[in-house]
Amino acid sequence: MYELAQKVGYTEEMRKSIEKVEETRDRRLKEVFERISPEEKEKLLKEWHPDYRPEGKRPLKIGPSKGLMVPHEVADLIEAYPLIDPDQIDLSKIDYDVDILIIGGGGAGAAAALWAHYNGVPADRILIVTKLRFGDANTKMAQGGIQAADRPNDSPLLHFIDVMGGGHYANKPELVKLLVKEAPLIIKWHEELGVIYDKDEEGNMIELSGGGTCRRRLHAAKDYTGLEIMRVLMDEVLNKGIPVLEFSPVIELLTDEDGRRVTGAILWNLETKEYHIARGKAVILATGGYGRLHIQGFPTTNHYGATMDGVVLAYRVGAKVRDLDATQYHPTGAAYPEQIVGLLVTEKVRGLGAQLVNAEGKQFIYPLEPRDVVAAAIIRECYGRNKGVITPTGMRGVWLDSPMIELIHGEGTIKRYLSAIYRMFARFGIDPTKEPILVFPTLHYQNGGIEINVNAQVLDGNNKPIEGLFAAGEVSGGVHGKNRLMGNSLLEINVFGKRAGISAAKYIRNATPGKLTLNHVKRYIKMLKEAKIPPKRRAPMILPEYRGEKVLSRAISLFTP
Amino acid sequence: MSNEGQKMRMVKIYIMGKMYEVPEGLTIMKAMEYAGYKFIRGVGCRGGFCGACTTVYRIGNDYKLYTGLACQTTVQDGMYLVQIPFVPAEKPVYDLEKLKPTASTILMLFPEITRCVACNTCTKSCPQELEVMDAIQALIRGDIAKAAELSFDCIACGICSIRCPAEIVHYHVFQLVRRLYGKYMTKKSRHLEERVKEILEGKYDEELEKLAQLGVEEWKKLYESREIEE
Repeated sequence: MYELAQKVGYTEEMRKSIEKVEETRDRRLKEVFERISPEEKEKLLKEWHPDYRPEGKRPLKIGPSKGLMVPHEVADLIEAYPLIDPDQIDLSKIDYDVDILIIGGGGAGAAAALWAHYNGVPADRILIVTKLRFGDANTKMAQGGIQAADRPNDSPLLHFIDVMGGGHYANKPELVKLLVKEAPLIIKWHEELGVIYDKDEEGNMIELSGGGTCRRRLHAAKDYTGLEIMRVLMDEVLNKGIPVLEFSPVIELLTDEDGRRVTGAILWNLETKEYHIARGKAVILATGGYGRLHIQGFPTTNHYGATMDGVVLAYRVGAKVRDLDATQYHPTGAAYPEQIVGLLVTEKVRGLGAQLVNAEGKQFIYPLEPRDVVAAAIIRECYGRNKGVITPTGMRGVWLDSPMIELIHGEGTIKRYLSAIYRMFARFGIDPTKEPILVFPTLHYQNGGIEINVNAQVLDGNNKPIEGLFAAGEVSGGVHGKNRLMGNSLLEINVFGKRAGISAAKYIRNATPGKLTLNHVKRYIKMLKEAKIPPKRRAPMILPEYRGEKVLSRAISLFTP
Repeated sequence: MSNEGQKMRMVKIYIMGKMYEVPEGLTIMKAMEYAGYKFIRGVGCRGGFCGACTTVYRIGNDYKLYTGLACQTTVQDGMYLVQIPFVPAEKPVYDLEKLKPTASTILMLFPEITRCVACNTCTKSCPQELEVMDAIQALIRGDIAKAAELSFDCIACGICSIRCPAEIVHYHVFQLVRRLYGKYMTKKSRHLEERVKEILEGKYDEELEKLAQLGVEEWKKLYESREIEE
């Protein structure tokens, strides 16, 4: 397999450390590392989790969530001027006129479209607009699974407690309630749509534990769970004839004259650079999160378009944001080889029994603590205790002892249930069935976001719904509090996508198309000026910048004014 | 995080015919960005899951035409690269509720699969190393389960469809096949059915409501005293 000349394999130095991992493996197979106490957790997080570094954040200067501490990278985009001059845009010609405008073509957007349609909105009265291709979203990249409490020894109540504890009790309980109650209904819906979940011969779901769950509750489709869900939802959206406009990011929302009710959006064709006006009685934001902001310089698991555009646009209308201070670093991003640094190594690897061990082959944390705790422990092991493995590029990491999976569950388990992970490493000459893989935390998820209520309506600074504006998925905050558990994001996009679709379908029955203005943008520009925000800063980002420094220093634009 | 002082070794690559020098060891995607390309097309998840960055290349004087994902393939000296970010293909529209999981359903919607000449070009070109031809042949025999299994890791990059002499659009065929399999050919989960019924009957409503009202101190107690299933 993978005969191309790109095989890297491990260096001699790394091999020496692997020998130690192999020496201790038999003993570790019987060893259960003790879970740490709530007090120890607190201390570990404070000392080693990147969220707890005060120098990484600052309070927002303006807007409905003024004073909220957020990472600098987030503040830089929220405290930024629009890409357009509101007086230069012609709003008189409407290019797309629909009942429900859905911004974002990932799992939440697709679910919202389908449920709006199920609830009576004709397909051609819905429009999905998306920055890249339909389905180019973090949903597709989710590997490990989706939570739903459906086994007899489990219940939505236990799921609720897990979510609250994992989120450090900062979650909005009414949203969590909906999440856990709807979960089994979502899995059932997926079954009816033909999503293939891992099942035994009797049809029982094969369910694993995730970090911080007290029951085995993760439903998976090998380690392509998100891909399987996304492609089925996409196929169904297309079968229903719901129109999708690709390569058309939204660069600004539109509001009525007093700048309070959302009435549409300005789209921008990424290729021809022209703008288009879309009017919608209801607008659903399903734009995803902020992985590509590389908070505190971390690599990310996220797709190319994860630049937090939705939060920026909604904040200008007056949406409240919350928990944006809490960033999820997935404990196990690939740390080697260089070509795949930062890519996700699913928690399912630990769910199947692989332990985390240091350069000396010793365990240092229970592998299925909540994600923030495991991430902090890995950082401590590498930088506090100096027991990490150093790669040729100077990156540090710890071993994820994947061969244990084959010993526990039998030969062939990795290729069968973790084929994506197997493929990812085999491409570079590393065989996870025989050799451990090197991991280090990677930026994974925006825990917080725009505040919504149980009807997925976006709330303003006074906790009142902003008329015409709904949000679902990673762009929203409150469901996960300060830390999301594995398998709850695939769940959230479905539960709240569904809810947004149903709510918007109800809303439009009594709504008339609104006037289109950029008054809220003018209002925001005034606030920016009053706060003396440097005028150079512009947002939304739309796509991150990865061009070489040498090229950028000499790149000039000749054909645009 | 890179080693300072260590001089980068450079390789020569040809992006759509034009030569660039880029550091050794980068993926095709990162190498093109280093060279100054800002991607709009031919980029998606950057992690090998979305199939947006299909790339076709030759190396030096080697006659072979190689294919790969730009985000998962390392550049090599002398690579001639062309990105194919889009495969024109019609997706037939269907109502899954009205279909039967049979070979004739597949043939009705995708009659071209019978033109498969078993040349195996699809399999050889698959960046996921799937047995693409075997999956098509399984369908011709009417074995939907086999085709669903063999095609499960398909990321719909479309390379096979571009190379197929029978002009089969494999990823659309496989999407239908997997949905038919998932909906009609796997046993329903009994536990799930029971839990769904309970939820629809409102069995948890009152308790959940009470739980949601408890407040942080009570939640903490419950969380810390949970019994954890191994």
